[in-house]
Amino acid sequence: MSITCQLSNLTSKKANQSTGGVRKPLFFLILCGLTTSVVIVLLIFSPLSKKEETSSCNGEARVLFRHKNVSTSEIHALVSFFSDSDQVTSFECRKESTSGLRSNYCITCSLNMEKQSCHERQCFIPDGGVPWNLNPSGLEHSISPEACVSDNLEQSILQPKEHENHGEEPENHGEELDWDLSTYLRNTWWWLILGVLVCHKIFAFHSKAPTERKEKGSLQEPLAQKQQRGQAPSKGAGRWRKNILLLGVMAGVSVSIWWFWDTNEKIISIRRETLANMCDERARVLQDQFNVSLNHVHALSILVSTFHHGKTPSAIDQKTFGEYTERTNFERPLTSGVAYALKVTHSDREKFEKEHGWTIKKMETEDQTLVQDCVPENFDPAPIQDEYAPVIFAQETVSHIISLDMMSGEEDRENILRARASGKGVLTSPFKLLKSNHLGVVLTFAVYDTSLPPNATEEQRVEATIGYLGASYDMPSLVEKLLQQLASKQTIAVDVYDTTNASGLIKMYGSEIGDISEQHISSLDFGDPSRSHEMHCRFKHKLPIPWTAITPSALVLIITFLVGYIFNEALIRIATVEEDCQKMMELKARAEAADVAKSQFLATVSHEIRTPMNGVLGMLKMLMDTDLDAKQMDYAQTAHGSGKDLISLINEVLDQAKIESGRLELENVPFDMRFVLDDVSSLLSGKANEKDIELAVYVSSQVPDVVVGDPSRFRQIITNLVGNSIKFTQDKGHIFISVHLADEVREPHNIEDAVLKKRLALGCSESGETVSGFPAVNAWGSWRNFKTFYSTENHNSDKIKLLVTVEDTGVGIPLDAQGRIFTPFMQADSSTSRTYGGTGIGLSISKRLVELMQGEMGFVSEPGIGSTFSFTVVFGKAETNLPVTKFERFDLAIQEFKGLRALVIDSRNIRAEVTSYHLQRLGISADIVSSLSMACTCVSKLRNLAMILIDKDAWNKKDFAVLDELLNSSKESTTRPPKILLLATSATPVERSEMKSSGLIDEVVIKPLRMSVLICCLQETLVNGKKRQPNRKRRNLGHLLRDKRILVVDDNLVNRRVAEGALKKYGATVACVESGKAALAMLKPPHNFDACFMDLQMPEMDGFEATRRVRDLEREINKKIASGEASADMFSKVSSWHVPILAMTADVIQATNEECMKCGMDGYVSKPFEEETLYTAVAKFFEFG
Amino acid sequence: MDTLIAQLQKQFRDYTISLYHQGFLDDQFTELKKMQDEFSPDFVAELVTLFFEDCEKLISNMARALDQTGNVDFKLVGSSVHQLKGSSSSVGAKRVKGLCVVFKECCDSQNYEGCVRCLQQVDVEYKSLKAKLQDLFNLEQQIVQAGGRIPQVDI
Repeated sequence: MSITCQLSNLTSKKANQSTGGVRKPLFFLILCGLTTSVVIVLLIFSPLSKKEETSSCNGEARVLFRHKNVSTSEIHALVSFFSDSDQVTSFECRKESTSGLRSNYCITCSLNMEKQSCHERQCFIPDGGVPWNLNPSGLEHSISPEACVSDNLEQSILQPKEHENHGEEPENHGEELDWDLSTYLRNTWWWLILGVLVCHKIFAFHSKAPTERKEKGSLQEPLAQKQQRGQAPSKGAGRWRKNILLLGVMAGVSVSIWWFWDTNEKIISIRRETLANMCDERARVLQDQFNVSLNHVHALSILVSTFHHGKTPSAIDQKTFGEYTERTNFERPLTSGVAYALKVTHSDREKFEKEHGWTIKKMETEDQTLVQDCVPENFDPAPIQDEYAPVIFAQETVSHIISLDMMSGEEDRENILRARASGKGVLTSPFKLLKSNHLGVVLTFAVYDTSLPPNATEEQRVEATIGYLGASYDMPSLVEKLLQQLASKQTIAVDVYDTTNASGLIKMYGSEIGDISEQHISSLDFGDPSRSHEMHCRFKHKLPIPWTAITPSALVLIITFLVGYIFNEALIRIATVEEDCQKMMELKARAEAADVAKSQFLATVSHEIRTPMNGVLGMLKMLMDTDLDAKQMDYAQTAHGSGKDLISLINEVLDQAKIESGRLELENVPFDMRFVLDDVSSLLSGKANEKDIELAVYVSSQVPDVVVGDPSRFRQIITNLVGNSIKFTQDKGHIFISVHLADEVREPHNIEDAVLKKRLALGCSESGETVSGFPAVNAWGSWRNFKTFYSTENHNSDKIKLLVTVEDTGVGIPLDAQGRIFTPFMQADSSTSRTYGGTGIGLSISKRLVELMQGEMGFVSEPGIGSTFSFTVVFGKAETNLPVTKFERFDLAIQEFKGLRALVIDSRNIRAEVTSYHLQRLGISADIVSSLSMACTCVSKLRNLAMILIDKDAWNKKDFAVLDELLNSSKESTTRPPKILLLATSATPVERSEMKSSGLIDEVVIKPLRMSVLICCLQETLVNGKKRQPNRKRRNLGHLLRDKRILVVDDNLVNRRVAEGALKKYGATVACVESGKAALAMLKPPHNFDACFMDLQMPEMDGFEATRRVRDLEREINKKIASGEASADMFSKVSSWHVPILAMTADVIQATNEECMKCGMDGYVSKPFEEETLYTAVAKFFEFG
Repeated sequence: MDTLIAQLQKQFRDYTISLYHQGFLDDQFTELKKMQDEFSPDFVAELVTLFFEDCEKLISNMARALDQTGNVDFKLVGSSVHQLKGSSSSVGAKRVKGLCVVFKECCDSQNYEGCVRCLQQVDVEYKSLKAKLQDLFNLEQQIVQAGGRIPQVDI
């Protein structure tokens, strides 16, 4: 009960788990979805950076483009300047200046290009070889191709991707980025998959290993031990798996962290790089702009030198200068104004003042501005100095500084001095411009006499200086303006510092906003080597949350956890399954133990029932021997019959139990199966004859006489099948037992055996001939299904495989019941037991026995026609015709009959074959004819016919008369007329005697034919002198035991006396000994005793041992006799000694019985003696003795 | 005289039947009776005497074995019980036989208390059987002396 409960629990648990199993694929789907989304996200992110790059490229391109425009418009301005001033004089000069401009420009361009190539920037700049033809004849013309060029430029900038060199690179870059990410993904995936596979392999290995081990362990092992063995490895494996899982999850987490870190690092470095690039770019642009302005101021200085000083009178006055500068102001977008100061020595001051009409004024002390609110009149005249630098020309914006002495300002003075010494533009340190309140710088160029050699010394330069050109730069607005034009100005904050004085940086431009932590510093070169400037760039906004890094790593993390979760679930499931398996194993072991216990219980109980049942039966038998009236007799007989049925049932149950508990061991003794079949047929002939069923036995001639196996079990199977057949066959037809070699049947077209050939009729199912003429089922159907039938594995020489078929013409088995026919206690249907009786255990036992004999059993059955049961068994081949001593008594008779000839007259060929088979066993050769009339024709040809066997079916008085006449006519020629024997299925004694007395027939043989019956009949008819001995079967023990010398061995005096008394009562001469040893002394060949009754349980030497010794002794002597060492005379002319020894035992257990047989005892009787058992035990030895 | 004989015979018959009914004897005793014939007229008496001698010997053996508290040789006791069982069944002493079965079980389970109790019971039982059989034989002798025939008692 408990076992079933647990089983149901388990199954319900299983059901729960199976619903959990549905969830698993869902997880995997989610997993797959997540992964694909990761891939998609990563693919989307990569082109973004590409865009950024192109945008920055666009920005740069714009800058370049504007440069060009600026240059173009500068030329425009110059042209208009000259045309306006009506002073177009020298073309050479203009040429010079323009060529200067151009070269300047070219330098800038190439510089840019170099830098760009260094930075691997993408913008394409057409090289210096632009059709830059300045046609001296017309400037207008020279401008137009320029415009074309700029157009080209524009185009090339707008479509950077189309360009071969530069279109590829960004894409490559993008791909690279892409590739990186996808490799990460792929790698991770591969690792994951590898991990999964490895885990799976490990699981598989681990789960397999213990089960294998378990399987190897035999079931007989103690339960506890098995459990220990099963559990220990599984637990270890579970822990191990858990560790692996933990490791895997940790690895996944670390991968995810690493990925995040890596990607973040990359993002930061890219950002830094971007910052650096942008910063550099800005610095460069600023520098370029500044340089452009510087160049222009330089150009202006040259202009002034050329037109003011080179011309007398001067071509420039304040108005021209103002106008020109104003108009070319766009060229110098960074300057707030330009002014020209003349170098005036103190000696020339007065002259100069007179000439200009104003006095040189001094700049306000400490005021370092160019532009002031106050009017210049408010300034004091300049103090007396060595030289002065009064401003003579100024742009409109700074016109107020005209007449101011630049030398009077500290910064300006220093600047001027440096400028004229170096000959280059120099810058002041930044200071506050008062007017705009911005920081600014002043650029000063010295204007020299035209005749200055390029490698002039400082003194020469100072000497040659005639004036100074200054330009003021408003730094903040300058930078701002510049940055306005650049892309992504919002993202970046820029500071510009003057770093001439390393200790104190002067901030020229900048704001406080932005993330100071990461900034990039680019140096600026404004063309003044004595001053250095730096640009500090930083992002306005802090680093945004790096989603690109977070997303994939988070996904990896999620995947890791999901996978971990799945594996955890799987582990839990494995654990539960293992646990369940354990439980199942336990339950299985318990169930098996229970099964064994059940079988043992059955066996024991059967023994226990059998013992008293024997008593019941014996007493009933004795009761029936007493004087009873008819009614009492009837009751007693019924009781006896029922008791016998019960005993047989118990025996069957015992068999079944034994087989189930595996305790049934098969004997291996040589036996003649034909005799076994004879026994069976004689045993069952009564029943068969009662029902008027014809019983026939046929053994193929190819089956050897003696085989090695278990005859009793073989007999049991046959008896069972035939018994069943008889039971289910109703008053018609036949039961046919046939034995063939399996090899014979294997090839149905090469069958030599006549019976087999006829039966099979080569495959036609019902046209085959049968023994009784009633149709039977073709056995071929079941043979075909035998697995071992066609296998050639048993082809070894010492084994033979037999095919036994029991064919009947019974009711058949209903089709729906055919599947369960071999199940114990299962009959075709419940009404069967009512109609036919029986328990339904017989077939099950038979099948199991057959299986024990390495065979298989099958059947074909058709309701209404009959059933044919077939089975194969494997027997050992006996060693060279070992005579079976048991049947020696027939040898004499067979000798007698050898060589005789017989004629079998039977309308059915197959039955005739059966008859001829039986005759052949006696050495009689038989011819077959199908009818009496045919016999008439051939009888004359057959010489020395000893007998004619006529089946009752073929019997015909008229025809027989003809035959008889024929035989009698030939009487003269033969000494002995053939005897006529009639074969009949059943005949009452009255019929028989009638037949015999008619004189036509010598003897009636009742079928089924068997050797002993046939011998008896033939002896009676053929051997005239020998009269049949009166009924030998005496039911009297007195006769059997009279004057027999019997030895009783028992240690118990009382028992001994009882046995003695009992045996003496039957007339036996009894001697008693009280121990095994004493018995041994008495039982020495030549034996003085006809039999010995031996107690089993005796001190010192028990019955088994004593018997074994007696047998050893006998064997030794027999051997001696056989080898001639000892003459048979010495031993009373007996060639082989074997004194029957019977065990006396109180417990009649089968095992004891088997033990008895094993040690050489011939039987056993239960103590105290009962007449019946004593008779049956003793009869075996004394009946024929 | 005849009436005496008839009376004795009736007494004998009743007594025998009562022995069977009370379970002292069983069919085996009848069988023994059947074995007794003119060649061995005292077969049963002889056998029964043997049996009781055997009993006495075995019981004293067992008593000695069981006396040794501490290390009782149950195997020895068991074999004695087996012997006793065999002889009692041979004689048809049904009650003794039944007790022997219980006794054997006690021995097999090494139940000392049970053994001692059984031994006592067996002792009592065999003695009472002895007394009864003695009576029976006395009756027989009286019948024989009175010149009567010992009647066949069918149970």
